[in-house]
Amino acid sequence: MSAGIDLDNICCDFGKFRAVDHVNVNIQPGEFFSFLGPSGCGKTTILRMISGFTDPTEGMIRIGGKDVKGQRPNQRPTALIFQNLALFPLMPIWENIAFGLEVRGVDKVTRRKKAEELLALVDLHDSADKMVSQLSGGQKQRVAIARALAVEPAVMLLDEPLSALDLKLRQHMRAELRAIQKRTGVTFIYITHDQGEALAMSDRVGVMSQGRLQQVSNPRDIYNNPVNGFVASFVGENNILTGDIGTRADGMASFATKLGTFRARIADGVTKGKLYVRPEFMSLQAKPGAENSVPVTLTEVAFEGNFISVHAVTEGGFDMVAELRNDGTGTVPQAGTKMHMAFDARSAAILPDSDTAGA
Amino acid sequence: MHDLFRRYGMGLTYTFVGLTAFWLLVLVILPDFKLLEASFRPYLPIVDVGGPKDTYSFNNYMQIFGNEVDFNSFGLHFEIPARIKVFVLTIFYSAVVTLVTFLLAYPLCFYLAKVASNRSLPTLFLLLFVPLWVSEVLRSFAWYIILTLKGPLNAFLMAIGAIEKEIRWVEGYSPVVITLVYAYVLFMVFPLYNAMQSLDNNQLEAAEDLGAPWWKIHWRIVLPHSKPGIASGAVMVFMLSAGSLLVPAIINSTTGNWFTQTIQGIMMEGQDWNAGAAFAFMLLLFCTVAVTVAMRVFRVKLSDIAK
Ligand SMILES: Nc1ncnc2c1ncn2[C@@H]1O[C@H](COP(=O)(O)OP(=O)(O)OP(=O)(O)O)[C@@H](O)[C@H]1O
Ligand SMILES: [Mg+2]
Repeated sequence: MSAGIDLDNICCDFGKFRAVDHVNVNIQPGEFFSFLGPSGCGKTTILRMISGFTDPTEGMIRIGGKDVKGQRPNQRPTALIFQNLALFPLMPIWENIAFGLEVRGVDKVTRRKKAEELLALVDLHDSADKMVSQLSGGQKQRVAIARALAVEPAVMLLDEPLSALDLKLRQHMRAELRAIQKRTGVTFIYITHDQGEALAMSDRVGVMSQGRLQQVSNPRDIYNNPVNGFVASFVGENNILTGDIGTRADGMASFATKLGTFRARIADGVTKGKLYVRPEFMSLQAKPGAENSVPVTLTEVAFEGNFISVHAVTEGGFDMVAELRNDGTGTVPQAGTKMHMAFDARSAAILPDSDTAGA
Repeated sequence: MHDLFRRYGMGLTYTFVGLTAFWLLVLVILPDFKLLEASFRPYLPIVDVGGPKDTYSFNNYMQIFGNEVDFNSFGLHFEIPARIKVFVLTIFYSAVVTLVTFLLAYPLCFYLAKVASNRSLPTLFLLLFVPLWVSEVLRSFAWYIILTLKGPLNAFLMAIGAIEKEIRWVEGYSPVVITLVYAYVLFMVFPLYNAMQSLDNNQLEAAEDLGAPWWKIHWRIVLPHSKPGIASGAVMVFMLSAGSLLVPAIINSTTGNWFTQTIQGIMMEGQDWNAGAAFAFMLLLFCTVAVTVAMRVFRVKLSDIAK
């Protein structure tokens, strides 16, 4: 059983400080939804409101369509996995996992059986009688997941559960988590400040800044069509040009900068903004293109294996970056060469800064 | 030791270690050994000390027997030597004191460690400390006044209509127990507070999130985590209570003798230091045994307490 979650204009104030500011999102049953944002933007606060440890100052939370106002955490069909896991160190692994069943009055034999099933589900056979301190980081992680799954929650809430793991294990656990979510069909709400993690695992991502939800969309859209400069910068690298918006037509506009005039996508209603182009959308040419090209001198060329990173400087001293895919046949350009950096108008966008409380 | 040498130099280190050793050896261990040795020797006129009558025996220890009296409480009724009766009751009521201090300290410590805001903590701790500034003698007398027949406690209870006639509080062991609880409750509070404070809040929240009601959180999470704190608090309160002389001497009723008073009677009034020493060692031995047994039952290790 899984349930959807509706956050209906929720706000959370700590004194005068507004940690969460009118967040509005409907999460579907069985969805893998991530909140992505920098430290302190209010992600944990949102999870704590959903699980019932913090009350929203304004707005309504519905789980499975029902308003959960006034319900304590132990009455909600959610299970939270804490940033530090919060396993119980004085209980053996199987009792940790079966704790939720124990409080529901399930008898010991059934508990033990269920715990072993869950241990198998998370690939931890033969660990039932170990103590928490005997497990590695990744194993503890899995015990925490099993403990949360044991109560058959309709919604799993995960607060940066992989942040304490090393890179290799993190990547392994990403796939594992995703697989467990698919297998159980439980709604996962996942918190992270790692954009790679969010994009790779999620059905949809909500990007947050300073308590406000900036954009909710699928990972492809978040990366390719960010709605503002904050989202564009947070989920990847950009070349950012400042300038003024000129004439517009068909969702495109001209943009006058010190380096010349460019053309890029623009959304309706955007009257002020900067031009954003991702390095991998840049190309290097010997001759100037028809539009959107800048003469540059290459300053640094780094061969990274799967791509080539090229840093260049314009005549006016402005730094630009391009990432060229290494297809195994092209030549690697040399630092010091004069070339033209160009980009397709459809791969660049004129974006406002970000959605803040004042805007 | 090497670290000490490097830090303080040779002279200072030897002085420190020497003084500590002197204090332990000469002022603590030696007198105790002297008493232990004396407890096996008879009480003799000064001229006979060292003479042919001065031989080792268990006679002093056997003095605890004899003088049979009725034991008539807790629904039991049998004959028992008077001193053993006092001895057993002292141990029993010390355990009661320990239990009551625990019951009082547990919610208080939980409040201090997990509920109270950081801003109010200094004030709350000050309130806990203030009574310690008054000497134990005064505090015991204060309770004596509170508990007397025409005292404020009875007056208050009568005023609010809880009782119709004054209750005789100063009877049996209740005044000693009440006052000992008051005197030693902080020895339970501090280790227990320390233990609870080291519990990660996320553990409490995780338990609640998994559906646990509040009592289950306490039973399965808080209590097991606090066990070392409870153990060291309990050992201190128990030992201090069983060995307390001042409180029972001040507040005791005639029907509630404390074993330390028996020892004092023999040593000071009877001038029989040998028998007194024997009784004191019996108390020490028995308390140690009681603590060890309790630690076994509750599965606490000595290393837990030392933490
Ligand atoms: N109990 C509280 N009292 C006061 N301020 C709080 C409280 N909890 C959180 N805040 C503030 O609210 C803001 C959001 O906190 P939150 O923990 O939700 O951030 P986060 O996005 O989870 O950050 P991180 O990635 O570092 O975990 C922070 O500025 C924090 O200081
Ligand atoms: Mg957080």
